[in-house]
Amino acid sequence: MSSAEVAIEPRIHYLNVDYSIKSWLLTTDHKRIAWLYLMSITFFFTIGGLAATLMRLNLLEPQGLLVEPETYNKLFSIHGIIMVFLFLVPSIPAVLGNFLLPIMLGARDVAFPRLNLLSWYIFMTGGSLVIYAVIAGGVDTGWTFYTPLSSLYLNTHVMAAAGGVFIAGFSSILTGLNFVVTIHKMRAPGLTWFRLPLFVWSMYAASIIFIIGTPVIAISLALIVIEHFFHVGLFDPALGGDPVLFQHLFWFYSHPAVYVMVLPSMGVISELITAFSKKKIFGYHFVAFSSIAIAAIGFLVWGHHMFVSSQSVYAGLVFSALSMAVAIPSAIKVFNWTATLYKGSISYEAPMLYALGFIGLFTIGGLTGLYLASIGVDQHVHDTYFVIAHFHYIMVGGAVMGYLGGIHYWWPKMTGRLYPDGWARVSAIIIFIGFNLTFFPQFILGYLGMPRRYAVYPAEFHTLNVVSTAGASILGLGYVIPLIYLAWSARYGPIAGPNPWKATGLEWTTTSPPPTHNFEETPVVTEEPYGYDRLAEEIQVA
Amino acid sequence: MIDSRRKYKLHNSQTAVYEQFDDRTQQHEASSLGMWIFLATEIMFFGAVFTAYTIYRNLFTTAFEAGSHLLNTPVGAFNTVVLIGSSLTMALAVHAAQKGKRKQLMAYLVSTMCLGSVFLFVKFVLEWMHEYKDGLAPGLHWTYAGPQSGHVAMFFCFYFILTGIHATHMIVGEGIMVVLLYMAWKGRFSTERYNPIEMFGLYWHFVDIVWIFLFPLLYLLGAHF
Ligand code: HEM
Ligand SMILES: [Cu+2]
Repeated sequence: MSSAEVAIEPRIHYLNVDYSIKSWLLTTDHKRIAWLYLMSITFFFTIGGLAATLMRLNLLEPQGLLVEPETYNKLFSIHGIIMVFLFLVPSIPAVLGNFLLPIMLGARDVAFPRLNLLSWYIFMTGGSLVIYAVIAGGVDTGWTFYTPLSSLYLNTHVMAAAGGVFIAGFSSILTGLNFVVTIHKMRAPGLTWFRLPLFVWSMYAASIIFIIGTPVIAISLALIVIEHFFHVGLFDPALGGDPVLFQHLFWFYSHPAVYVMVLPSMGVISELITAFSKKKIFGYHFVAFSSIAIAAIGFLVWGHHMFVSSQSVYAGLVFSALSMAVAIPSAIKVFNWTATLYKGSISYEAPMLYALGFIGLFTIGGLTGLYLASIGVDQHVHDTYFVIAHFHYIMVGGAVMGYLGGIHYWWPKMTGRLYPDGWARVSAIIIFIGFNLTFFPQFILGYLGMPRRYAVYPAEFHTLNVVSTAGASILGLGYVIPLIYLAWSARYGPIAGPNPWKATGLEWTTTSPPPTHNFEETPVVTEEPYGYDRLAEEIQVA
Repeated sequence: MIDSRRKYKLHNSQTAVYEQFDDRTQQHEASSLGMWIFLATEIMFFGAVFTAYTIYRNLFTTAFEAGSHLLNTPVGAFNTVVLIGSSLTMALAVHAAQKGKRKQLMAYLVSTMCLGSVFLFVKFVLEWMHEYKDGLAPGLHWTYAGPQSGHVAMFFCFYFILTGIHATHMIVGEGIMVVLLYMAWKGRFSTERYNPIEMFGLYWHFVDIVWIFLFPLLYLLGAHF
């Protein structure tokens, strides 16, 4: 990478145009807004992580080491609410999407920059309300806010938390709207739909889910609030209402929401896999369309969360079959990545380690999802640690690995600086090991019958829980190291140059960090994405 | 991959095109698409409550019909007409804006605002206040003693939620219209720049259309004339 480390003359870019606080808080530059999100969700991730730490510590002893069951309820509720709504959902779209989408499209900014800034303020308002709910006394309903627990029997600050999530939802809606319009209307000349980077396709699919799904959860949470304050019976069986209706409305959003978490991550992985095997992605069209297919089918499977509610067997069968159908586009992606790796000239840089980790963990998470989609198996493992392990493999193993991989890959573009390679690789490996040590035992725990959401458990589950907690400490360490060296690199890292990975894609053709308007001149695109084959030929000829 | 065929056109804030766009066409297309997507999210928003309403109406048909009969259908019908009238004046306002006729634009905006206010006034004073006094407000003041009181209460729940969300949309619309009227008065619109009026027109028509669904759903289904 030494050739890239040439000193460049001082120049104006988006980071140094203005240093004032005001220029950050009132910015309409999509790249600065990405930083605002990056800072805030890192903060939320830390809070959510602390709650997880306390939970895992508590589970070191069968009778509970630290906290009362009631406090434990609050811990897992706040862990879930923060991780899902304030970290996972906005992570890749709001940070990497905001930063990269316009650049990848050759545009100067998103279509509605002021709306973009407004989205961040809305997000922060919602987030603050959730944090207020934690400080003021906590929430004990879990992140799912199931009625009637959330509407009738609540004894803590559920309304504040639900209100916070409701508000934060509008930030997703506006981001999705902004992205769809930007992708449709702001592409550079020559950038046809099938020349779009796969990351853009995945952002498009995720935006559709934002647009169609988020309003439904918003209104469902609003209905809880109404039900609570007016004592009306929409979900209260005593008054003729049906608590399961809330579950339908909730999962109509929240199942697709897991694809909001993982689809963007898949988009990142597609970019990483091609870039670090120096090969054109295998089956570009399949990978692109599978994103849309996942988003579409994702709206038809919500009932698999309700196999053991009052749902009829026939409905269950349909939801079961449809759920398995989602596996097809997901598997297409995994196969295409593998085929891309095949005979590639692979280099194991840190982002690539995250990408490979993603493929392994996502595959395990996805396959166990098929178990859960089979009604019979689900009856057995429903609400056990099997489910916990499954969704952590998908959400933490999938979404967080993609997020970290993406941050490492585009970090030189965002800051103009490189980070210490060795540290980055080591922490990627620590995370992978810590992750498996934490969550694999939970599959076994769940299979053996340890239920979720309990502060205490029978002594026979002790050993596996100790292993899991040990793994969690390793994992926690793995998350802290990047925080340190990335912060260091932002200030002291070696200068990166415009294209440190020798990657293709419009974002690598502009300077690092990019100028305020992304390009000195609007680029004109004349060829397909991922022209690594041609690049390799050129090198051989030369 | 890159050449310099297109240079940036630098715009200042006085011109009609924001700096992220190349030209007016692009800007116009972007804002229309944005507005349509926003309306799609609104449909999902109302759609969830409509769905819940439909489910419960099927379960408790007679109670919901009894609830329907307690609503003031003539007043609802009057309001429907008022709202359709406001859609008409809004369409005329958009037309005037496109033609660059400032006085007409202002007149039509004021008419739309007035009709909207009539609707809200009628809704609030002639309907909600009465229903409240008659003990038909579940959770606040519920004295209805007929058969299936609980399920009738649920009908009124939906009635207040749906008409409440709808009225909120209208109040927001009235607020935006005040701003638009001020901008029109300041001469900010021209044959070159009438996008905000057009986009607001879409919003207002959408709010009217929601009412066109609400009226039969709440007042008319199962009614005997
Ligand atoms: C150090 C890593 C983590 C550990 C040790 C951990 C541990 C746990 C534990 C013990 C539970 C409670 C299980 C239960 O009894 O229901 C839980 C639930 C959950 N976790 Fe994590 N977690 C970690 C990271 C994450 C991350 C990074 C995310 C998302 C990005 C996440 C999302 C969730 C969600 C959504 C729930 C469900 C909460 C609920 O059931 O109400 N977790 N986690
Ligand atoms: Cu699901």
